[in-house]
Order: sequence, then C-alpha cells, then structure tokens
Amino acid sequence: MKITNTIKITKLLAILFISVFTFTACSDNDDDDHDHDSEEELITTVNYTLTNGSDVVTLKFSDPDGDGPIEPIYEVSGDLTANSTYTGIVELLNETESPVEDITEEVKEEADEHEFFYTSDVSGLAITKTDVDGNDNPLGVETSVTTGEAGSGTLTIVLKHEPTKPNDGSSSSAGGSTDVEITFDVTIN
Amino acid sequence: MQRLIFLCAFLYCISTNTTAQDCNITFKGRIIDFHDKTPIPGASIAVINLDRYTSSNFDGIFEINNLCKGTIVLEIKHISCDTKQITLDIDKSINKEIFLEHHLEELNEVVVKTNTKTEQSSVEQSVKKAVIEEYTDKSLGDALNTISGVSSLSTGNSIVKPMIHGLHSSRLLIINNNVRMYDQEWGDEHAPNIDINSSDRIDVIKGANTLKYGSDVIGGLILLKPKRYAVKDSLFGSTLSSFNSNGLGGSLNSEIIKTYKSGYYAKFQMNYKQFGDFEAPNYNLTNTGLKSLNGSFRFGYNSFEKGFDAYYSYVNNEFGILKASHIGNVNDLDNAIDSDLPRVIDDFSYVINVPKQAIVHHLGKVEAYKRYKGFGKLTVQYDFQINRRKEFDLRRGDLKNTPVIDLRLFTTSLQPNLQIDYFDNLKINTGLLVRYQQNDAVVGTGTSPLIPDFDKYDAGMYAIGNYNLNETTEISTGIRYDFTDINANKEYNFTDWQETYNYDELFPEFESDAIRGTDIPTNPRFTYHNVSASLGLSKKFDNNIQLLANYGLASRVPNPSELFSEGLHHSAARIETGLLTIGKEIANKFILSLEKNSNDFGFAISPYYNQINGFIQLIPVGITTTIRGAFPVWEYNQIDAQIFGVDIDVNKKISKNLSYIASLSLLQGDNLTDDIPLIHMPATNFSNRLFYVNENLNQLKISLSHKTILQQNRFPDYNFFTYNATIQEDVFVDISSTPPTYSLFGLNTSAVFKVFKKGSLKLEFNIENMFNKSYREHLNRLRYFSNDLGRNYNLKLKISY
Repeated sequence: MKITNTIKITKLLAILFISVFTFTACSDNDDDDHDHDSEEELITTVNYTLTNGSDVVTLKFSDPDGDGPIEPIYEVSGDLTANSTYTGIVELLNETESPVEDITEEVKEEADEHEFFYTSDVSGLAITKTDVDGNDNPLGVETSVTTGEAGSGTLTIVLKHEPTKPNDGSSSSAGGSTDVEITFDVTIN
Repeated sequence: MQRLIFLCAFLYCISTNTTAQDCNITFKGRIIDFHDKTPIPGASIAVINLDRYTSSNFDGIFEINNLCKGTIVLEIKHISCDTKQITLDIDKSINKEIFLEHHLEELNEVVVKTNTKTEQSSVEQSVKKAVIEEYTDKSLGDALNTISGVSSLSTGNSIVKPMIHGLHSSRLLIINNNVRMYDQEWGDEHAPNIDINSSDRIDVIKGANTLKYGSDVIGGLILLKPKRYAVKDSLFGSTLSSFNSNGLGGSLNSEIIKTYKSGYYAKFQMNYKQFGDFEAPNYNLTNTGLKSLNGSFRFGYNSFEKGFDAYYSYVNNEFGILKASHIGNVNDLDNAIDSDLPRVIDDFSYVINVPKQAIVHHLGKVEAYKRYKGFGKLTVQYDFQINRRKEFDLRRGDLKNTPVIDLRLFTTSLQPNLQIDYFDNLKINTGLLVRYQQNDAVVGTGTSPLIPDFDKYDAGMYAIGNYNLNETTEISTGIRYDFTDINANKEYNFTDWQETYNYDELFPEFESDAIRGTDIPTNPRFTYHNVSASLGLSKKFDNNIQLLANYGLASRVPNPSELFSEGLHHSAARIETGLLTIGKEIANKFILSLEKNSNDFGFAISPYYNQINGFIQLIPVGITTTIRGAFPVWEYNQIDAQIFGVDIDVNKKISKNLSYIASLSLLQGDNLTDDIPLIHMPATNFSNRLFYVNENLNQLKISLSHKTILQQNRFPDYNFFTYNATIQEDVFVDISSTPPTYSLFGLNTSAVFKVFKKGSLKLEFNIENMFNKSYREHLNRLRYFSNDLGRNYNLKLKISY
C-alpha cells in the first residue's frame, strides 16, 4: 500500500513538472530581437499655410524628437498684410517616419472625433473654420483668415481629440484631450 | 498507512494568575477554531488520569476546579475531530486557550505554540475568511483597508494597491500561496493580480521576521494563505453570489473541495466578476466598468512524513479607466482640477472603452516536503509566473485597438527550505533561492516601450532562528543575503544620453552599438549585493497582555521603472523618467506592539519608526514643451526619509450580543534631505464598528460602521505655473493640495438559514456610503477628475454544501 502511494506521488509530480516546463518553454519562444517600435503616432511638424493670391505666409512648428530633449522650433516666413483675407490650410506630419506620414489625413478620416481651434490676441485678426465633419460640425483643417489694421501678437492652434461636438467654439470648454497646442508670434503690416 | 488522525490541538498559554496551593488549582480553558478564532462549543474535555469530565460551553469555555499540583493528561474530543491528548504540568491556576484545527502537517505532534501568529514574535494582523467573503467582489487593497495602518493607493475605484505604513508597490511583498508575486508591481497604477476569493486568510506583517520571503521588505508583507483540509473522505463546497446597485454588477464565486482519507485532496475554484460604469453621488463615472475571470486549482497529498501541493491560478482582469482622466496636456489637467464635474459624463454602460488595462496573470507552483526523524523538515518549491499587461489609450487611426503598453514578465524560481526542529527551544529555518526573470516589451505597440527588455537573476540565502527563552519569552533573529543581476536592452535618445544625463561619461561601458539615427543602443547592467537582518522579541504578561518588539534591516534594489522608465503618463499629464544613477534603498524599521487579546476587552497599540536611506521617490523637476503643450517632467530621485506613526486597535464586549471595535492610525512621513513632508502619505484616519450578534436567531449579525479620513495637511508643495495658450496667460496648477476630511458610514447585516440537510444559506445585505457622501481621497490618483463612489446597496447569497 505504502509503495503504491509513493509511486503515485512520484508520477503526479513528474507529470506536473513536465507540464510546467512545457508551459514556460512555450511562453519563451516568441522572444523578439529587441528591435523595437518607433513612435508611430507622433506629430513632429505643423504647417499652417496662409495664401492670398501670391502672398503666401507659412507658420511652421517642428519638433523632430517628439517628447525628447531637443526644444521645438517655431518659424514664421513673414508678416501678414493688413486688411486682407487669406485661405488657411493646416498640415500635420510625422517626419520620423519614412516616407513622411501625413497625420492630417487621419484627422480628416476621424473628423467627427477631432477639431482645431484658433485663437489670437491681435486685434482685428479673425479666423473662421470653413470645413465641416460628417455631422456638419466645424473641423478646422481649412480656414479663412481676415486681418485688420497693422499690429502684432500671438496666434495659437489647438487640436483636440474627442472634444464635445458641437461646442461654443472655445477649446477650453470643448474638453477632449489635446493633441496639438502651439503658439506663434505674428505681425501684421 | 492510512493514519486517521486529523486533529491536533494548539495550546495557547495566555496568562497565569493567583498563587498555587495544593489541590486548589483551577484550570480554565477556551476551545477556539484555529482558523477563524470562533469558539467551539460542545467539545468534551477529560482529565484522564483523574477521571474528571467537562465540556465547553457556548463560548467554548470550560473550567476544571480543585486540581492538585502535578501532571494532568487532557483529552479533548469534538464531533468533527479525532480525540487528542495533551499532557501538562500544572503548579498554579492557569487560563489557556486551546486551538483546534485540521492541521494536516502536524498530525502526530502536540505543539504548544506561543501564539497563533504566522510569524511568531512579529507584529501582524489578519483578515479572516468572513471578511474576505465580505469583499468577494472587491480587490485585495479594499479588503486590507480594514486593517489599521493599511491604506490604499488607487487609480479610480477598481485599481487598488495596498499600502502599509505609507509604503506600497515594490516596498511591499505579496506572497500568494507561498509564491512571491511578480506582476509588474512597480507601477502606481498596477494593482496586484490576485483573486482574493482563492485564499482563506490574509496576514499583514508590519514588523520584522519576513526574511524567508525577501530582503527588500521595506514596508511590510502580505501573506495570502490557502486553507488546509482535513484528512477524511469528504466532498464539500460553496457558491457565493453578490449583486450591487452601484455599477449594476457583481460576482459569482464557486469552490468545490474533495478530500480523501488517504491524504489526497483537490480544490477547484472559479470566479467571475463584472461591473458597468460606477457612479459618484451625482453623476456616472463613465468608463469605469470592469470584467474579471479568475480560477484556481490545487491538489496535493498530505501526511506527516511527506506530501506535496500543486497549485495553479489564472487571473484575467480588464479595467476601464475613467474616460475623463485621459487628458492631453497640463492645461487639460488644470481645467480638470478647476472643474467640479468630470469632462465626460455619458449614460451608464457595461462597455469598457479606452483608456483601459487588460492583464492576464498565470501562477503555478509545486511544493513537496519530507520530514526526517529527529532533524526537521525539508521543503522544495518550484514556481513560475507570467504577467502580461496591456494598456490601451485613446489613439488615432489604425492604432485604435493597439495597446500603448504591452509588457510580458516571466518569473520562475526554485526554493529549497529546511526547518530544523531537533532542538527543544530552538527552531531554525534556513533556505536558498534562485530566481530568473525576463521582461519582454512586446513589439507592435507603435510606441517606444516604457520599460525595456531585461533579464534579471536573483540568488539568496537565509537563516532564521526562533528561540524560546522561557515560557513567556521568545526571541527570533535572522539574516539574509541576496545577489541580483539585471541586464537590460534599451535605446536612449543620444542627446539625453550625452547631455541631459551625462551617461556617456558615467556609463560608457553600457554603449552597445553605434548610434542609429537619433538613438543609441545601450546594454545597462547592474549587480547588487544585499544584506538584511531582523530581530524580534515577544514577551507575555498576566491578563493576556503581550509585548512585541521588532527590528528589521531591509535593502531594496531599484525596480526597472525607477531605473529605465521613460514616457508620458496620460492620466497624470506628466513625463516620467527613471535614472540609471538610482541606487539601493536601505531601511531600518522599529516596531513595538503592546497587545491584550481578549473578547471582553482587548487592544493593540503599535508605534513604529522607519528610517529609509536613499528613499526613491518620483517628483517634478521641470517643464518640457512638446507639440501637445507643456508637461511637467517627473524624475526619480533619492532622499533620506523617515516614516513614523502608531496604529491603535480596541475591542470591547458591551453585552452578550453587543460588541464594539475601533481603530486609529496616525502617520507622519518626512523628506529629511529637503526638510519637507513626504509625498503621498496617508492621512490620519479612524474607524468604529458596532456589532450585534445573536447566534440563536439564525446567527443574525448587524453591524454599523464608520470611517473618517482627515484631510492630509502635510504634503510637499509641487504646484507650478504654466502658460495657457488658449487664454494666453500663466495659470497656477494646483496638483498638491489635498481634498477635505470625509466620513463614510456603512451597514452590514447577515443571517444563516438551514435550508437543506447538509447545507446552509447565508443571506447578507449591506449598504456602503450610506449617506451618499460626495468625497475625494487624496491617495486616489484620479481625484483631480471626479468624486469617489456614491452609495451602494449590496446583496450576497452564499450556499454552502
């Protein structure tokens, strides 16, 4: 009786150990070669191009290392002309990818989940969103920019993911999470 | 071979009183269930050599008068147990508690233990099965919160981490079925992957005597223990279901146990839990639902000489995280702090959207033991764990259903242990440990991993001695050495490597390859030697009073998150960075406890002092600008810290049916380096509970409970200003201020009905947050975004068969 029992235990233990090792072996074999992903969702560059016939002004933000240590660069190609109307188009890029990824396309595809907001403290500068999403709510990839008298100040572009739509037009009351928030210095001549 | 002894008795010498006179000695005793401390009525007690008989009354108490000085042989019988004999020398009137239990291991032994503690002479408290069942649909952290000195660090209401004396995560060891849990416990929002329903008892060890489990017990130890089963032919089980009004969900837990006379046993347990969105008093907490499927299976063989136990458990959790807590930048955080309402309030739903966590944890172990006559017991344990954690966040396009974090941690260890009980007054416990751990940052997330791939090797050895100086005094002491080697693969941004952190000069040997683009591949490797020690003393006095004193020296190796983490934490709107320069953390903890164990009036007063050198903390160090706006950067750094406080527990029997318990925890944590308070320390809190129990009326139990948590007024000020581009001015971001004092009330009622011949039905009705109080808890990481839970009505049904 006693011997049978010992054999039983030994058998059970053996089965268990084998199953355990098989199990752990299985879970080890899909180990990767440490070649890890790059940031696919990153937005490194924002181009805001304002066009009025041959008068083209670009506001460019670029931060090629994303959250990394290198500070972003703001470039404004020139001054805006007073009392004119520009057509504005915003473009978002991920320049760490090759070829460069156009994030604006993704935003347009999910237009109902996104909205751009533009604000400026320059008096007379008005920015109106001219495009809409599938629900006829403003999107803001395309804008119409009207300048007033000469002056200078800042222009801020905010992109919200999953804001409340429709909203009262201000980014702070629209909620959502901020994907872009950049401020340019602009001058109107 | 079929030895049929399945009962053994533990004598618990509580006190001695009055002087001895010949044949005027009274032996007073109380028979108690070892596991849940309930009195065992109707046990027959015989003094065989004197031919005297008595039986225990309803409270388990018996009394034998007019005994003479000399040896008595006690025989204790109870319906469900075999007869047991105990021989005692008496020379004066004594009062003893006799613990009966189905303790398989010590089958043939009559062990006279000094107390019922897991680790003698350590300061510890337990959560019993009844309380575990009360928390069947909640987490380990919630259940442990009932113990004084234990609080919790939570992320919303489902992700709850236990905290002992203000310390959590890597500073606590959680031992599940004798296996140390490795479930990426380093993160603040990584809750332990444990189904509390699979354990029978949970011990919290606040003091020393933890060396068997590791050298890095800076805060404390949590031991989850299974039940031991009687050696008899039996089949039994129970089904417990719970329904809740808040979250419109609940859980179903079933277990079935089969035991054999031969010593074999098997247990199978399953648990399913689901909740929809929980609600605060005035609004829905959108996306806070959860789903959880757990199971465990164990089987084994037990006899006095040898035995084995095999255990496997599976935990699969999916937690929704409050939608309003996903924010883009620090201005969003500021808006959330300023707003009373969460920014997203949708209708109730069971759907779990992003952000969410999906975690699967496998744990398996085999343990076998053999006893050697006149020497001791040798135990060998092998275990493995696999922890796969996926965190999903709000993403664009094709990545919508791809996790942002996908990590798999594999841990395996082998632990031989030798218990030498050859000596009468000295017990020695010694053992070895080898452990291998591998972290795999699974590819395909489309992000750079928060924690890199690493391999970690541990080896340790320890020796602990317990010496009974005399009948009332016990000393325990131990020493442990551990070796750790950690070897990681991580790509650093070259500018960070060279300029920000100066690693190119500090760790040139880690550079493993040429620069690729902006990144440099590295191979950081660290080796650590740790020595830890403990000293414990327990001394018993008259009137059930006991004094315990513990000292523990612990040292902790920095965890991978403290060394390597790098990335944006969305719910905190901060960038968190680990540093390769982080070193070991060394703690000296002193704890005293004066306890009186009695149902009529008992107390425990436990002051403690913990001095931690090189305390690793995460604090804000600056602001960085990204395309999403400004973010504070939080970096790990090391300081000297002290944490001290006192836990007080009191229980008093008011009348036959009425009793009262209360507890109070005071704690202060200081950052000695900067002379400011430590971050995230629990506030002063106290609780009261009034019980009415009527055993004759279907074991009716009614209890009213109350808990107050005072506002934490001692916190470091890490508030800052940030430029808000929308309103074009600097705004003040108050991340440090703490929410006000709050009090919660609860009601618990239960009754047991004998519905069929072999089983019973237990009905429970509870109300939590009875007055639907709106409150926020400063140790809840989501306190910036929403209130905590509102009122909940809970109904539980337990069928035992």
